[in-house]
Amino acid sequence: MPGARIQDSQAGKGPRPERRALPLVHAGTVAALVHRLSGLALAIFLPVHFLALGLAFDAERFGAFIAWSRHPLVTLSETVLVAALALHLAGGLRLLAVELLHLPVLAARWVAATFAVGAAAGVLFLLGALGGLG
Amino acid sequence: MTDRVIGEQERGDRLEVRVWRGNAHGAFQTFRVPRRDKQTVLDIVTHIQRHLDPTLAYRFACRVGMCGTCAMTVNGRPRWTCRTQARAVVHNGTPLVLEPLRSLPVIRDLVVDMAPFFDKWADARGRFVPRETQQAAGARAARNAEPEGAAQEPARAFARVAPESAERRAADAAIECINCAVCFGACDVVAWRADYLGPAALNRAWAAWNDVRDGARGAVLEAVAREGGCQTCHTHRSCAETCPVGLDPTWSIAGLKRALTRAVLKGDIA
Repeated sequence: MPGARIQDSQAGKGPRPERRALPLVHAGTVAALVHRLSGLALAIFLPVHFLALGLAFDAERFGAFIAWSRHPLVTLSETVLVAALALHLAGGLRLLAVELLHLPVLAARWVAATFAVGAAAGVLFLLGALGGLG
Repeated sequence: MTDRVIGEQERGDRLEVRVWRGNAHGAFQTFRVPRRDKQTVLDIVTHIQRHLDPTLAYRFACRVGMCGTCAMTVNGRPRWTCRTQARAVVHNGTPLVLEPLRSLPVIRDLVVDMAPFFDKWADARGRFVPRETQQAAGARAARNAEPEGAAQEPARAFARVAPESAERRAADAAIECINCAVCFGACDVVAWRADYLGPAALNRAWAAWNDVRDGARGAVLEAVAREGGCQTCHTHRSCAETCPVGLDPTWSIAGLKRALTRAVLKGDIA
């Protein structure tokens, strides 16, 4: 019947307005998001990093800090940070490739490569840290 | 309000189509449409409007991928519905979901108000400004004693840009845009920021910047240097992935960024 309507997901629940579907997420959107978030994480980490370096003037306090950094949770956070650094670096390379070299065909592959580099760096660091612990 | 799918009574192989009804507020309405070989999404919308619900609002004009009027969001992705075959976007009996283009005010159902899109086109200074009038060019040609009375024959006063020249090829790269707003609907940054000019307008600005006949190329850079201009692009490449003509607005915007950087370094622009 012309003009008759149903709200199929809301059937029988009254005329509550529906939301439109979410947009499809492109590989480039994910890459840009990861690039930003990893950059934010690094920016937050940087002051802490300088603080730790500042401790090196006092051997005793620095030793205590190093001992504290052997805690598994700290090692895990460091691993995430190293991965974030690698992701940020690879994300920057992706941007340069797209904006300066015009390599659009490789766009999706660049995104994949970005994550591969990030994951590889994280795993390598974790293996090194675990080796150091053992 | 009936609890019934429209078109249910139709026999044969049918396709479930969920169509956005209303404007900013509304709901999806489900129709069942006969499946046909090689039917386009536009064919389906037309079938609904002609046979199931004449109140459905949608736009189209040429039906053959020349005008760009029929752009809609098909299963979450902006497309020309006239150039999209249903079988290419419907898999394993999932419904076809049709919505109006994103980031533009919805007038009704599948029809959006294109005014903000064209306002941004104008803001990016997409119009052509001749370097000199035809009369001036004719007079100059006459002074330079070009053969066969250039001043009397307007065609001879036209600026000549050789098709194989680097300038012409640079302008060619961005010139085929037909303003369908598919890239505009695909762009995440357009959705996030109301002041962003968007891929189509910036792509047009890049074509104008590369046009050696344009007399106000400096104004192009000034227009795209503003807040919401080319530097606002996040290089997601959604525009280039969805452009039905195969243009690469991301690359155009990257070109504007480079041109802008050069102009700032040279002190041409503050």
